[in-house]
Amino acid sequence: MSKSNDALVAALNQRFDDLILDCYAAHDEVSVEVEPEHLIDLCRSLCNDEDFAFRQLVDLCGVDYATYGQAEWETESTSITGFSRGVSKGAYDDHKHRDYRFAVVYHLLSLQHNRRLRVRCRIHSEPPVVATVVGIWASANWYEREAFDLYGILFSGHPDLRRLLTDYGFIGHPFRKDFPLEGNVEVRYDTEKQRVIYQPVTITNRVLVPKVIRHDNRYEDVDRAQSAVNGEQSAVNSEQ
Amino acid sequence: MPEIRNMTMNFGPQHPAAHGVLRLVLEMDGEVIVRADPHVGLLHRATEKLAESKPFNQSIGYMDRLDYVSMMCNEHAYVLAIEKLLGIKPPLRAQYIRVMFDEITRILNHLMWLGAHGLDIGAMTMFLYCFREREDLMDCYEAVSGTRMHATYYRPGGVARDLPDTMPQYRESTWRSDADTKVINEARQGSLLDFLEDFTNRFPECVDQYETLLTDNRIWKQRTVGIGVVSPERAMQLGFTGPMLRGSGVEWDLRKKQPYEVYADMDFDIPVGVNGDCYDRYLVRMEEMRQSNNIIRQCIKWLRDNPGPVVLDDHKITPPKREVMKDDMESLIHHFKLFTEGYCVPEGEVYSAIEHPKGEFGIYLISDGANKPYRVKIRAAGFAHISAMDEMVRGHMLADVVAVIGTQDIVFGEIDR
Repeated sequence: MSKSNDALVAALNQRFDDLILDCYAAHDEVSVEVEPEHLIDLCRSLCNDEDFAFRQLVDLCGVDYATYGQAEWETESTSITGFSRGVSKGAYDDHKHRDYRFAVVYHLLSLQHNRRLRVRCRIHSEPPVVATVVGIWASANWYEREAFDLYGILFSGHPDLRRLLTDYGFIGHPFRKDFPLEGNVEVRYDTEKQRVIYQPVTITNRVLVPKVIRHDNRYEDVDRAQSAVNGEQSAVNSEQ
Repeated sequence: MPEIRNMTMNFGPQHPAAHGVLRLVLEMDGEVIVRADPHVGLLHRATEKLAESKPFNQSIGYMDRLDYVSMMCNEHAYVLAIEKLLGIKPPLRAQYIRVMFDEITRILNHLMWLGAHGLDIGAMTMFLYCFREREDLMDCYEAVSGTRMHATYYRPGGVARDLPDTMPQYRESTWRSDADTKVINEARQGSLLDFLEDFTNRFPECVDQYETLLTDNRIWKQRTVGIGVVSPERAMQLGFTGPMLRGSGVEWDLRKKQPYEVYADMDFDIPVGVNGDCYDRYLVRMEEMRQSNNIIRQCIKWLRDNPGPVVLDDHKITPPKREVMKDDMESLIHHFKLFTEGYCVPEGEVYSAIEHPKGEFGIYLISDGANKPYRVKIRAAGFAHISAMDEMVRGHMLADVVAVIGTQDIVFGEIDR
């Protein structure tokens, strides 16, 4: 499969050089990165060109990169703050910052060529807006409603952009990283009012296992392992 | 002349034919449907968000609860995604066990579908027949994982444990005579594989029974032939997968086209429909049960001949054996680390898809190098199918809505997630 992946990457790079930001194969899968203004042109060509023929949109989802690479627990060094559960959220962040928060990821499938492709559309605007692809793949309709509901991503030109999964009258976009896991409101039956009422949540979030990022050199690629800082690895080793 | 207006009707969410909690708002012109607007989300549990807050292994149990009639298949996609990111491959025996249980699950799912679909459109007996066979397969789940439904049996790097040598037995009861107990325990005297082999010998005859009741049944045909017709082009456009796509005549099965585990070594056929109506999809699923039965047989044969490990020996990912832990410091540390922190998965993103009984079930997993997933997107087959509900029922009668819900094989656990 890797050979055909390389061929697909080359073909995509050649055909859409002016439209795409990046195109690469990783984990036996091909990904394309694109800006919102070129999305529709790219998708239409991917669907209709016989060389690609991605006639099926298998999946569409929003992603919120707000806390990407932020651990809840420092693991790099043993210090006063390291190995402490008192470290505040997001205190430790050694990852490259992205210049965009939201992305919409499209998974395409070509039955004709038996190939898959991932298209990631980076959204810089606030509120996040991207053009709809319902006109190209009808199956995008509900997926875009879901992404709107859960992430608040607006799809311009969508025929029926309503909430899909959350409750009637729900406020907020629950899958955003700044939306609390336990939610904001809960329901209960009020015996005096004789109906179900909403009230602020009474539960608090407990983190049983903190999020930890360890740089495990066994999984690093050869070139990445070489560029990795030596001190980083020795810190990991000393922990174990 | 009196003014004639369309009537808006509410269907569900508490309706026995809604297969759970589907609320349909139907705009009717007499008894003909002009527009259908499904309201989903009544079973939304934010599985994807919950998975983001837990170490990788703790979400396997959530996967069972997505499509709660084909439990292990859901786990399979999730576990495959983790394995792909970690770059590991389970031992061959574990792969055969997974394939075998995937096919058991496919039969379980199709039996549930057949029973419920039959019940919905007037074939009460099917429900009882199907649940008779389901019971045996549930026992296989129980034998191997200790639970009849939510197994949590697949793990990254293999499966939780090897196939057992004994089957659970029925105990004496005041409700049945000892002779009856003996009869139902007869097939359970050997190992799980013996029990399954006995089942695969019995099962084709059971499918014949179902077909005798339904395939040429006049009422059944009146309720399904020509109902919910989807052309192959339209099926692709609407994102259909699995039997819904094959029923329209598109030969597409991930087990053949993009084989995972040991499906490439299996000998089986892909049934394809012609007309794309409810009846063709019924025929496709019936044949799939027979094919699954064949695959199970092939797996049993291989598993009998090839004992071996069922889980990787890499204790950074899989827990060490309990008896080793008693006197080995290293194993104790591994165990402690695994169950307090879990394992870190290298940074990256993968999409792993399997041929779920309902269609393509995919997990899109983004890891930022932590011990918890950064984002898990569950691609449920039923979600794409139900979004096409409006198109499929338009112009049909109210009673046909039930036939379309049945043929889409809707389970709200996976649609609402």
